[in-house]
Amino acid sequence: MATYQLNVNGQRKQVKADPSTPLLWVLREELKMTGTKYGCGISACGACTVHLDGVATRSCVVPVSLVGDRKIVTIEGIGTDPVGRAVQDAWIDKDVVQCGYCQSGQIMSAVALLKATPKPSDTNIEESMGGNLCRCATYVRIREAIKSASQQLT
Amino acid sequence: MPAIYRLPTQALLIAVVCFVTCPGWSTSAPVAVSEDRTSEGGVNIEDGLAAWQKVYSVLVSPRCINCHTATSYPQQGDDRHRHFANVIRGPEGKGVPALNCASCHQETNADSTGVPGGHNWHLAPLAMRWQDLNDQPLSSAAVCRAVTDRSKNHGLDGPGLLKHHEEEPLVLWAWNPGLRPDRTTRSVPPMSHGEFVAATRTWVAAGTPCPRGR
Repeated sequence: MATYQLNVNGQRKQVKADPSTPLLWVLREELKMTGTKYGCGISACGACTVHLDGVATRSCVVPVSLVGDRKIVTIEGIGTDPVGRAVQDAWIDKDVVQCGYCQSGQIMSAVALLKATPKPSDTNIEESMGGNLCRCATYVRIREAIKSASQQLT
Repeated sequence: MPAIYRLPTQALLIAVVCFVTCPGWSTSAPVAVSEDRTSEGGVNIEDGLAAWQKVYSVLVSPRCINCHTATSYPQQGDDRHRHFANVIRGPEGKGVPALNCASCHQETNADSTGVPGGHNWHLAPLAMRWQDLNDQPLSSAAVCRAVTDRSKNHGLDGPGLLKHHEEEPLVLWAWNPGLRPDRTTRSVPPMSHGEFVAATRTWVAAGTPCPRGR
């Protein structure tokens, strides 16, 4: 076990964990921040996506020992960001969610896309969101919501 | 043995046999060669070409060629299959926003989760592709031409190439590739890093000669 000082959603958090523990489980089990979801555990589905210094990152495959002092933003904190707020509003407006399990990751990836590409094309959306799977197949509404958020922001 | 391995092996054997038997090997254009076919570095061309074949055998091994693809995506595994999770190359070889290489690959290997890592994880540019569109490694001559073409290789001359092979973190990673998700160790290139660097040094000292042919 080791002690880590993590910056999570702007707050300093101290956790004790085995260095090999994926960040996802530190968030969920140690910090009780369960908005970030466990889907596949091998970075294949995107449900566990958080931001590390703004980079959309699959928290299920990143050991806590490799996080360092990077700023972690989770679904619980993304709404304080203007882009994050716009995406969440668009998600509600377009009624994107069906079962909802993947949507934390979808929103985190959508925010990362819009921060880098404020006016994404369909191709941009398909490429950037291609790593986030939705078994309810809400992809059409996800694309609509991303475009709606883009219009709100630009 | 899978067919995907047979072809490169055969190609390599053919290349080696040709090297031994064909007198017409040439050097790449910038190489200064004296009449006795010994470069300014004191290594003759034949030895330089033999050293290049060793270098080539490393470059087309899975740990290297999986990120020197001719496609819009990286490959992975010893069978060099397409990278999973819909990962694509992106404009700078680092993926696309929200699906960057760095979305999973960190500064070091993550052995507890089986994800390899190294500094500035990225794909080589298409100009430095070492395989064709059918995923077959390019010939020794073609790879050599690409590697020594300073318009494609970020302006590296012979010493620059040697330094790249000695020090580039992603080159070094090939000999420290970490554990697979099933906890087994990834395979490494067919010779040690020291042998690879020694072969590169000999090749550079010979003036970076390239085999003739396509």
